[in-house]
Amino acid sequence: MGEFKVHRVRFFDYMPSGIRALAFNRDIERIAVARMDGSVEVFHCSDRFFQEKIIPGREQCGIEGLSWVGERLFSAGLNGGITEYDLTNQKVKYTVDAYGGPIWTIAGNQQGTHLAVGCEDGTVKLFEVNEDKIQFERNLDRQKSRIISLSWHPSGSKIAAGMMDMIQIFNVETGHSVHRLLADRGVGTSRSKECVVWSVVYLSDGTIISGDSVGMVKLWDDQTGTLIKSHNVTKCDVLALSVSQNEDSLVAGTSEGTVVQFQFISMVLGKDDKEWVRTRTFKNHTHDIRAVAEITTAVVSGGMDAQLVVRPLLDKVEVRSAASALRKIHFPHRRLVSCARKSGLMLFQYPGHLELWRLGESEGKGMPGSSLFVKRNPEKLLHLKVKGEDHIRCSAVSPCGEWIVYSTASSLRLYRLHCDNNNVSITKISKLPMVLSSANQLCFSSDSSHLFSASTQSSVHLVSLSQSGCKFVGTLKPKSGERTIGFGVLHIIEDGKWLASANSDHEVHIYNLQTRKAHCTVPVYSSAVTAMGIHPTTNCLFMMYADQQMCEYSIEQKQYTDWSRMVQRKGLHRFWMERDTPCLNVMFNPQHPSHVILHDTYMLCIIDQSLPLPDDKTQFYNQLTLKSLPEEQRKSHSHAFKVCKTFKDILCVELMSDQSLVVVERPLEDVASQLPAPIKQKKFAT
Amino acid sequence: MVETSDIRVVRCGGSKVNLTPPIISSDSRFVLCTSGDLVKVYSTRTEEWLHSLQGHTNQVTGITLNPANHLQVYSCSVDGTVKLWDFIDGILIKTFVIGCPLFAIYVSEKHTGVLFLHVSMATDSKNECFQLVSVHLPKSAEQEVEAKEMSAVSSHISKNPSCTAFGRGGEYIAFARHLQLNVYFFRKQKTYSFSLKATDKKGAKNAFTCIACHPTDDCIATGHEDGKIRLWRNFIHKKEYTYSTQHWHHNAVNTLCFTPEGTHLLSGGIESVLVQWQYGADNRKEFLPRLGGSILHISASSDGQLFCTSHSDNKITVIESSFKVCGVIQGLVKGDAVLTDLMIDPRSKALVLNGKPGHLQFYSLLRDKHLYNLDIVQQEYIYEAGLDQFEVVKAAFDIKGSWLATVEERGKKSSDLEFFLKLWAFDERTQSFVLNTTITAAHTDRIISMCFSSSEETTMLVTAAEDSQFKAWCQGADADTQQDQNFWSCDFVGSYHKLNPTNCSFSADSSLLAVSFQEVITIWSPDTWEMLTTLCQPPGVIRDLCFGRLSCSKYLLGTTTKNLLCCWNLLTCELEWSTSVDVSKLQPDPFSENVAAFSYQSKHTDLFVFKPSEPRPLFTNKNVCSEKVHRAVFVPREEPLNSCDESTQWLNRSQLYFLTQNMDLLTFSTATEEDRMLSSSKQLVIDDSVAVTPFYLLLGKHRQQQQKLNTQSHPVSDKPQQTQGSVTIKELLHTPAHVLPAASVLCSMFVNSFLISNTGVQQDPLR
Repeated sequence: MGEFKVHRVRFFDYMPSGIRALAFNRDIERIAVARMDGSVEVFHCSDRFFQEKIIPGREQCGIEGLSWVGERLFSAGLNGGITEYDLTNQKVKYTVDAYGGPIWTIAGNQQGTHLAVGCEDGTVKLFEVNEDKIQFERNLDRQKSRIISLSWHPSGSKIAAGMMDMIQIFNVETGHSVHRLLADRGVGTSRSKECVVWSVVYLSDGTIISGDSVGMVKLWDDQTGTLIKSHNVTKCDVLALSVSQNEDSLVAGTSEGTVVQFQFISMVLGKDDKEWVRTRTFKNHTHDIRAVAEITTAVVSGGMDAQLVVRPLLDKVEVRSAASALRKIHFPHRRLVSCARKSGLMLFQYPGHLELWRLGESEGKGMPGSSLFVKRNPEKLLHLKVKGEDHIRCSAVSPCGEWIVYSTASSLRLYRLHCDNNNVSITKISKLPMVLSSANQLCFSSDSSHLFSASTQSSVHLVSLSQSGCKFVGTLKPKSGERTIGFGVLHIIEDGKWLASANSDHEVHIYNLQTRKAHCTVPVYSSAVTAMGIHPTTNCLFMMYADQQMCEYSIEQKQYTDWSRMVQRKGLHRFWMERDTPCLNVMFNPQHPSHVILHDTYMLCIIDQSLPLPDDKTQFYNQLTLKSLPEEQRKSHSHAFKVCKTFKDILCVELMSDQSLVVVERPLEDVASQLPAPIKQKKFAT
Repeated sequence: MVETSDIRVVRCGGSKVNLTPPIISSDSRFVLCTSGDLVKVYSTRTEEWLHSLQGHTNQVTGITLNPANHLQVYSCSVDGTVKLWDFIDGILIKTFVIGCPLFAIYVSEKHTGVLFLHVSMATDSKNECFQLVSVHLPKSAEQEVEAKEMSAVSSHISKNPSCTAFGRGGEYIAFARHLQLNVYFFRKQKTYSFSLKATDKKGAKNAFTCIACHPTDDCIATGHEDGKIRLWRNFIHKKEYTYSTQHWHHNAVNTLCFTPEGTHLLSGGIESVLVQWQYGADNRKEFLPRLGGSILHISASSDGQLFCTSHSDNKITVIESSFKVCGVIQGLVKGDAVLTDLMIDPRSKALVLNGKPGHLQFYSLLRDKHLYNLDIVQQEYIYEAGLDQFEVVKAAFDIKGSWLATVEERGKKSSDLEFFLKLWAFDERTQSFVLNTTITAAHTDRIISMCFSSSEETTMLVTAAEDSQFKAWCQGADADTQQDQNFWSCDFVGSYHKLNPTNCSFSADSSLLAVSFQEVITIWSPDTWEMLTTLCQPPGVIRDLCFGRLSCSKYLLGTTTKNLLCCWNLLTCELEWSTSVDVSKLQPDPFSENVAAFSYQSKHTDLFVFKPSEPRPLFTNKNVCSEKVHRAVFVPREEPLNSCDESTQWLNRSQLYFLTQNMDLLTFSTATEEDRMLSSSKQLVIDDSVAVTPFYLLLGKHRQQQQKLNTQSHPVSDKPQQTQGSVTIKELLHTPAHVLPAASVLCSMFVNSFLISNTGVQQDPLR
């Protein structure tokens, strides 16, 4: 393992936004997450919860509810509009105003024909879902107070609506209220406070389950309108409910940060009289849980502490493996940091602005593991606010540090940076070519002469940059002409001659930059590409997949390399496969051509392709053992994977041209300290 | 060698009543619990010990009501038998000989005629394996039956009997060991097992400690080492089983019990708080705190009106369902160790030793009843592990029982030792001991030994401590205090070559004080505080020291760590005799010349009884028990035996009790004594309509006396009249109402019964 000078960067104050809503689509196994800042993310449940899509939010756009209708995703928010998303191009498709004031909840029926929204003015509005748009159909009987929660009966004939102090059951045909279920207020001082029914679930057997601000989960019968049973779950609020598909399990998220599971169990074994019984309690959150979803094999929960927790239900997991382990997703599976490798600049991407920092300098040499004296502190050069209300989708800084580019959903801006000593100024490049209206992914060529922009049409635009301005050069398109429907391009990796792009359909295309033609396509693998890189000397494309597999593809020979085949044949070590965050970057060390540098959130790894691969019996984390061995024996004990766990909560690792590593960390404790105070709970022995 | 066959070691009094869960009779009138070889029957109302079921020859390990007849009880014992009793009359109905030691018994209504027993499987001493077996009881009219029809249910059985329980209606049996829960279904003959991880990330210890099954639902409650309670459901699925977790106890849950209706779950642990969980609404719970020692078992009566908890301080608490304590049955309190010697209170003849933490307990061996606790430390005791709190370590009575000296200390592990010497005077008015003097710094280091002078006139206390001094304390020696009350103060400080004293002892007439300093014994005159002589021994630190009594008072006995027992003649100041024996406890009998010596050799303890005048033992008993004996006491008998047998003569005036390291209080009993007891118990016939309360006994005596008077004054002809009448009445009253003939028939019969008696008397003289 090589020795590096490391810039340990902790001044990127990235704050993930709290999770507001979850929606699970069983057919395509995707879960959609809405955050407080209005962004919507889509995770692939069977591909190790890889974050496939991110649709950045807007200012003043609070999403309150998410709903899938077929493969279409809708959201509704306090701005009173219903939004449909274009998932292929990762942008908002359209927004329809419901004219009912702020919308608190949205629910689609199982048939996929209608959407119901609950509004501030007390109406439940039905929208018909058409081929390309939604159309307002009618209002159900207007109520006095706002509609907080909605749930369709699976048959689509009835709707239960949670309100202040009560639940209404509507007949969808007539639009009239069938039953009114009164929820009790709390006892004592909270008697004067209204009981908010935060969540309702309508089961196919006619049971309505509600979770309210008194901390009760109540079961009602919709025929008689009576309370069957109530469970006191917490002293605080029950904010979210979710039922499994076969309606034998229910999870409730509370503001104490606990998820409580209820199961529909026969009290006497072998008989059919089943009852809802409170069973397990999961505590993985520190703050309010705003959304829960019971997916096929796990409970997914998210809340104010901005982490998405996937808690597996072991009784439903067929085979226990790394894919079915407890998973906590803190950071996006995208890079928010880009580095100017030659000039030591770093660009941090926040939702609403960009920050440009210059790395510090150090003096002298030290022992491995020791920290060096900092000669010059890192300094913030630039704070660039985004024009307009849209949040940044992607950004990049050129390797020479002269160009900065960012794109939102609606616009793309390119700036030229002037740095003379202490004076920093930027000039916006006007008159951009038409193709650069918006980009999914941006990248500069290694000599900073060209800008590559992944468009929405699964093609890459090539723009040459010069002192005078920029000029559109051409478009790289994949060979197969019939694929006209675009896919969001995830990664563009450029290496002088070659450019590789991966899209969300798991396809990787390689282009020849000199001929500007598609060169070849890497065989499609079932898992998504999370990171890739082209080796500068051997011209091999190194790819990391979401299921922790790795591949090396020789561009010139258009086939997998021998090393890659050997990895596939021998398999990877168990510990490597059990990591639960995807690799986010692939780098190559020019001084050691056989080294590949990778990183995920918890570790930094150097793969030495000249050393033998470890099998399951060898010690995987062998750094300490190797250290204790004499020089001669090290050779026989070492294997290809050299893992460094010194750094934690890594957002980005980049190898600079002066052979120093930049490690951008965002400690979770810092994130937690910036969160609002959680609900105070008495702890034993405190 | 003396014959030892007619003297036997028995558990007699002060046995554990908390070994097994107590059971409440179905009419809630009696509480039954095991106590040594007996099953004791107490009244729930008066807490009084009514009688005991006597017949087992070893520790009784389990009792349970006969599901077929609620007036009968099964008991199992280590002696390998199961006995069926009528517990109201105390009659042994049947004995089933199983043939191997039994450790627990379970029955179920569904399995009539079948008992489930814990038996020890392999005789592998290292890891004991227990097996759950079912035994079919043969139908036979004989008193003693051999039950050989055994079949094993499982061998994954925990040593702890509370880790096994019958499920709903006896459909299945659940048992847990370590981290595995097993459920065996009888109908399917299939075992489902579920295991937990030993620990999880939060450091929870998940080992099972107890099990209870819901009476009507399929729900198993399990207690765990870290205080969690899990409610398991759906356990007929390998994978889809589920459980909910509740956590209130901060330490291991010792016991769980569902109420008979299944509406509540009771749990208890070291906190000594009884917790009542509402079934179905798990976060609603009620507490009954401050019950004393940690809760070991809970049981509920069949109507759910009474609960019983047994506690680690050998106590059974009877609790009403409204969570009110309505009775306490206290046994001999045994802590982890007895630090004080066993003593006899000269006034009440009660056994005195450590009781509750910081207390001395007074226990009547004769009545097998806890008398009272004397609070020595007078500080609140906190039930928490690892807390260093004051403990009574030494106590001594003077010969009349009017003074009690105690030493309490804390900081045994840490370097800063704190201790107090307290003197208590007996107050005639309140009939208890009252604190007279507290001496805060009696010595500069730990007090090793303490004794009162044995003369009747002056009371003097001698303490020997590790600060190489011994001090004599007298009452009222301080002249300048003008008060009426006489406080204790130091009279003399003695030392010898800066050696640490190890023991001190007064001679029988208090004319001599012997203090041993390491290997040297010094003899002092308490009147002049002059050192009379020193006795040097062959090497070895003196461990025990005592003077001979009565005719042997010229002898001084001592034991050393180098396994020597020496006897000096104080008149000649010479060693009279010595033998090589490792004596762990030397105990003189205050009422005879006899001295008992317990020696520990090759993993068992032997007893020698001898007179100091001759080195030949009067009595030896090899292998008294397998542990070391450190505490023993001679208890005077109320009425002396008059056995002439040489081997049993030493037990004539007093009885030797000793305490093993397992805290078992054992004694020696002679054959004649046992015969007498057996015969007395057989004579005892109780009218089954009345419980045997002291009130009844009083009345009964009165009645008997009346009867006696009657029989003396009247001629014999009176007797048949009484019996005949009572037979009819008995028949009338004891036949169940639904099988009685019509009232008209009965009436004439009833009237006839009176008539017949008259004619009978008349007919007799006619013949």
